Amino acid sequence: MARITYTTLKNRAGFFDLMIIFNLVIVAAGMGAVWYVEHYGHIVTGMGNKIVWGLPHVFAIFLIIAASGALNVASISSVFSKPEYKPYARLSGLLALSLLAGGLAVLVLDLGRPDRLLIAMTTYNFKSIFAWNIYLYTGFMAIVIVYLWAMMARNMDKYSKPMGFIAFAWRLILTTGTGSIFGFIVAREAFNSAVMAPLFIASSFVYGLAFTIVVLNLVARARQRELMPDILIEKFRGLLITFTVAVIFLTIILHITNLYASGRQDVEWFMLASGNIYSQVFWIGQIAIGTLAPLALLIIPRKTDKRRTLLLPSLLLLFGGLAQIYALLIGGQAYPLDLFPGMEISSSFQDGEVASYIPTLPEILLGISGISIAMLISGIVMRLMPFLPKGESA
Amino acid sequence: MTCTSGSKEFIDKSRRDFLKKAGAGVTTFTLASGVTLMAYPQAQKRPLDEPVSAKNRWGLLIDVNKCTPECDACVTACASENGWKQGGDPRVDAQWIRKLTVKNPKSGYESSFPVMCQHCENPPCVDVCPTGASFKRLDGIVLVDKHTCIGCRYCMIACPYNARSFIHEPLTDQRPWAPRGKGTVESCTLCVHRVDRGDEPACVEKCATDGNGALMFGDLNDPDSEISIRVATYATKQIRADLGLNPGVRYENL
Repeated sequence: MARITYTTLKNRAGFFDLMIIFNLVIVAAGMGAVWYVEHYGHIVTGMGNKIVWGLPHVFAIFLIIAASGALNVASISSVFSKPEYKPYARLSGLLALSLLAGGLAVLVLDLGRPDRLLIAMTTYNFKSIFAWNIYLYTGFMAIVIVYLWAMMARNMDKYSKPMGFIAFAWRLILTTGTGSIFGFIVAREAFNSAVMAPLFIASSFVYGLAFTIVVLNLVARARQRELMPDILIEKFRGLLITFTVAVIFLTIILHITNLYASGRQDVEWFMLASGNIYSQVFWIGQIAIGTLAPLALLIIPRKTDKRRTLLLPSLLLLFGGLAQIYALLIGGQAYPLDLFPGMEISSSFQDGEVASYIPTLPEILLGISGISIAMLISGIVMRLMPFLPKGESA
Repeated sequence: MTCTSGSKEFIDKSRRDFLKKAGAGVTTFTLASGVTLMAYPQAQKRPLDEPVSAKNRWGLLIDVNKCTPECDACVTACASENGWKQGGDPRVDAQWIRKLTVKNPKSGYESSFPVMCQHCENPPCVDVCPTGASFKRLDGIVLVDKHTCIGCRYCMIACPYNARSFIHEPLTDQRPWAPRGKGTVESCTLCVHRVDRGDEPACVEKCATDGNGALMFGDLNDPDSEISIRVATYATKQIRADLGLNPGVRYENL
C-alpha cells in the first residue's frame, strides 16, 4: 500500500472555530454546574438516597464504553492487519483517549467530594471493582499513548502491531471491568448478570464506531473535503450492523435470563412492560429510535445513487446508547430492593416504592460537557498534530 | 453547643469513663471472677487501651413480636444520639434506622420492626468501596471513614438493605462522636462510640426504657452472652440470608 501521509486539521470556513467555541461554552456551563452542585450539595440534583447515580453517570459510563470501542478502528488495522483502516488508526486512538477523559471527568466531578480525587488515586481497596477500573482506565491511557507514539514516530511503526495487540486486549478487559461494576452487584436484580460484560463490549463497538463516524463527518466539514472513501463507508456500514445486532442479541439474553427465573419476573415487568418511563426509554429510545431506525437506514438499499451517509444512523445509535444506559442504570435503581421476597414492604425511607428521578439542569449540563470535553481534546490535538489522512484516497 | 466545646466535653467524659473503668477493673480483679460478669454491661469486653479484636462480634437481636407499629423509640433515640433529623424529605435526608412494615399479600399479616445497617460479616459495601473508606472493624461493626469517603455512592448501589444515606446538603451542629459531612455516605454505626465505652447502642437502651424491650445488643462470639444464648435457643432470621452476607443483626419471630 502507498505510504499514508498525515496532516493536521486545517481550519477552513471557520467551522472548526465554531465547533471549538460551541464546545467551550458547553464545558464552561458544565463547570458552572459542578460549582453549583458542590456548593449546595447534591440536593439540587434529581438524585437521592435511592437513585444515587443519575444522568451524569449515564453520560460518564456511555463515554467510557465508547472510548474503548473508539479504539476499534486502530485495532482492526494493527491486530487484524486490515490496511484500509490504517489511515484512521491515529484518529481512532485519539478519540479513545479523549472520550475516556470526557467520561472520567464527568465521573469525578459528580463525586460527593471531587476535592478528594487524590485520595481516590492513592488509597485503594483492591477488592473493589471501582479500584480495578481506576487502574484499567489509567493503564488504557498509557498504553494508547505509547501505541499512538509507535504509530506516529519515525521508524517506530514496527512496534505498532504489538502495541495494538496489547491495547486491544486491554480494552476488552477494561470494558469487562466497566460491565462488572454493574454485573457483580447481587442486590440489583435488573443488572446483576454476567452478560453485562459482553453486552458492554458489544455496545462499545457500536458507540465507539458511531463516534468515530460522527467525528470523521465533522472533520470533513471543517476541511471541506470528504475523508472516507466509498469502500470504507461500506465496511463501516457492515460493522455497525454486525455490532448493533450483537447488542440486540445480548440484550435479549439479559432479559430472557431474568424472565425465566420466577423470582426476577417482577423486575422484568418493571423494566419492559410496566409502561413507566424506563420501559418507554427502553422501547422507544433504545429499541425504536436507537436500534431499529438506524438498522433500517443501514440495511434498506437506497433508491438513488446518492452517496450513502452514515451520519444519521450513527447519531441515532449514539442516542440509543444513552437510552440503553439510562434505562438500565436509572431503571435498575428505581426498582425497589427486595428485602423480603414475596412480601409487600413500606417505610418512611421509600422501601417498596419505585423511586422517582427527574434530572435537573446542572446534571444535564455536566453530562453533556463530558462529550464536549472529548470533542475539545480531539479537536485541539487534531489541529496541532498530524492525526488525519491527507485525502480521500489516502 | 459548639463543635469545640462538644469535643472537649466528649474527651473529658471519655477520660472520666476510662478512669472509672480502670478503677472498676482493679476492684473486680481483687474480687471473685463471678462478680466481674455481674458488674459489667454487655459491651464491656476490653479495656480502652487495647485494640478492637475479632474475639467479639457485636450484634443485635430484634424480637419482632415485641415491636409495635406505633412505637418508634429506637428511631428517635438514634436520630437524637447521632444528630440526623427525623421526618425530613426521604429522598435526600439520612435515615440510619427506620421502621419497616412487612405485609404478607396472601394472608394480610403485617409486622413492623426496625431495619438499620445489618453489619454483615461479608459486607458488599466494603467490597466495592474503591478507597477502603467503607470498612469492617474486627469486632464486626461496619463503618465509613469520613476522611477517605469520596462520595462515589457505589456502596449504596451494592447494599441490599437500603441501609446507607448520602449527605445531600451542608450540615451544622453535628455530634462530635458522630462525624457527618456533605458529600459523604453514612449509616448506622451500631453507636460505636457507646459500645467502645461499654454502653449499649442508643436504640437498644431507649427500646428498653420507652419501648417494649424488643432490641437486644451483645457479643455473638461469646457463647455465654444473653444474645448468643437466645440465638442458640430460639429460631432467628437474618434479612436476605440467601445472599450469604451473614448479617450481625438477627430477627426473632419474623
